[in-house]
Amino acid sequence: MQARAVYRPTFNARKFLQRFLQYFVLVTVVILVFVPIVILVFGALKTRGELMSSPYTPPIPPRWENLISILTTPRYSFWPMLWNSVMVMVATTTGVVVICSLAAFIFARIDFRFKNWVFQLFTLGLMFPINIAILPVYFVLRQLNLLDNLWGVIIVQTAFQLSGNIMILRGFFAAIPAELQDAAYIDGCTAFDFFWRILLPLAKPALAAVAALTMIMSWNDLLVPLVVINNDKLWPLPLGTMQFQGQYGQDLALVSAFVLLSALPTVVFYLFAERQIVSGLTAGAVKG
Amino acid sequence: MQSLNTFSNRLGLKSMAGLPRKFQDYLMIFLFLLPAVILFLLFVVYPILQSVYYSLFNWKGFGPAEDFVGLANFQNIIKDRVFLIALRNGLLIIALSLFIQLPLSLLLAVLVGRDLPGRTFFRAVFFLPYVLSEVIAALMWLFILNPDPDRGFINAVIVALGGQPLAWLGNPDLVLIAIFAALTWKYFGYHMLLFMTGLQNIPSEIEEAGRVDGANAIQNFFYITLPLLSSTIRTSVYISVLGSLQQFIMVWIMSKGGPVNASETMATYMYRFGFVRFQLGYGSAVAIYMFLLCLIFSLIYLHFTRKPDYLSGLEG
Repeated sequence: MQARAVYRPTFNARKFLQRFLQYFVLVTVVILVFVPIVILVFGALKTRGELMSSPYTPPIPPRWENLISILTTPRYSFWPMLWNSVMVMVATTTGVVVICSLAAFIFARIDFRFKNWVFQLFTLGLMFPINIAILPVYFVLRQLNLLDNLWGVIIVQTAFQLSGNIMILRGFFAAIPAELQDAAYIDGCTAFDFFWRILLPLAKPALAAVAALTMIMSWNDLLVPLVVINNDKLWPLPLGTMQFQGQYGQDLALVSAFVLLSALPTVVFYLFAERQIVSGLTAGAVKG
Repeated sequence: MQSLNTFSNRLGLKSMAGLPRKFQDYLMIFLFLLPAVILFLLFVVYPILQSVYYSLFNWKGFGPAEDFVGLANFQNIIKDRVFLIALRNGLLIIALSLFIQLPLSLLLAVLVGRDLPGRTFFRAVFFLPYVLSEVIAALMWLFILNPDPDRGFINAVIVALGGQPLAWLGNPDLVLIAIFAALTWKYFGYHMLLFMTGLQNIPSEIEEAGRVDGANAIQNFFYITLPLLSSTIRTSVYISVLGSLQQFIMVWIMSKGGPVNASETMATYMYRFGFVRFQLGYGSAVAIYMFLLCLIFSLIYLHFTRKPDYLSGLEG
């Protein structure tokens, strides 16, 4: 403690300069991160004419017409797309959380022959991401008649989230002390009781992290719907956003408004679930 | 016992409660793994095998694959100039990621440090682009990269500084740089987050001890912090390389692999042949090349570092 007190940094000129440089770099990066976002928001809150004549000034007064027209014009089908996205997200997230926690429980707490083999199989999935697999997966969906069907999107998203999330949950489940399991067995619990009544309640933060990550992944996914869904009534929001830009690209203000509205749910969710998202991502990638 | 009974009743296995414990355990293992294994075999493993089969055919996707061509698809792919461009672009994106994006993320993680006031604010802002979808990120960058300075902010800045506006996405020499800028904007926050977590796991006492022994901040960083961070750095490199090899959405939206294939990646190349031209056999062969590249890289990586930390770290 003594050493600490002696070497505690003092507030001197050198320290001050260091802090100043630190903040200078960080604030510069903050500005760079915000540039595309601010330009988008400015564009969305101007009329088409204003955007042409003064593209980069703050939108004073803000014009809400673009946003309102997107939310109220049935032709732009913002709400149906939002609804499709919500359905896919809810189903995928439920599927991932249920299926992965079942499998992760077995891998973390129960021993059986060939366990390592089965587990290795799932690690293979980490090397075969959906961006590479999409064409082969398309064949299977076609054979199963799941094209142009939201279930096709849900199943594929779920299947490709298994590997990573089983790893994450297995890590969390394995960290729960073995004494707890022994005590439960001595008290007459079956393995299922232990899983259902003790392990899952204890693992709630981990389940929340997996759920938050899966929600983001599913909500943002473009590739799977792009390949699976043709029917524009089934487009989820990202696919709809891309098509909207293709169709109305000339009206930059309107497109900006659409992009802004489709980004908004993610941003709001991020503000509320930042802790879960961060803990899920770091558990998946960093030792500790 | 009760919940197991209700669970099994629901599955119509009433007789199970009377069976020996061992059998119940096996049944549980089977039932718990079943959904994951079925989904995984059907939608991850089976497609790989099937595309190996189709890659040996000249197949347009209608009717059964009959025109067997052996390894001709594989040979034609590596002879195709466009595929070689895609491969080169993949390697270029990897190089840029490793030498620009990761050091930048590390620098920012170190700057934010452990106890800088405003730490959570900076982390939240830097991580925001990662949470936004690739579609939104790509469209925002498409807007600010517009060649017309009255529509594209970046060119407006260049003109204001006295330069000439550049056709970022229309110029074969610039398109990859522009896309890489967008990719960095989107992904640096993720790597920064990994580094921040890694830094937090280094006890501050070790760095303090270095300071006591007379190491300055730079020596401290290179001789103490960096070596202790090596497992996080390896993980970051692994994720970055695999991510770069399969870059698709951002490229597809911003440039469609153009102009004249200048920004083609292997994934856009595969998509073009598979879903635009419907040469499914050829596209399958491209998928297999990509899969093999990722597999080989993973194996080399495993050889040198044992396991990626996001596999091994979870076992302890």
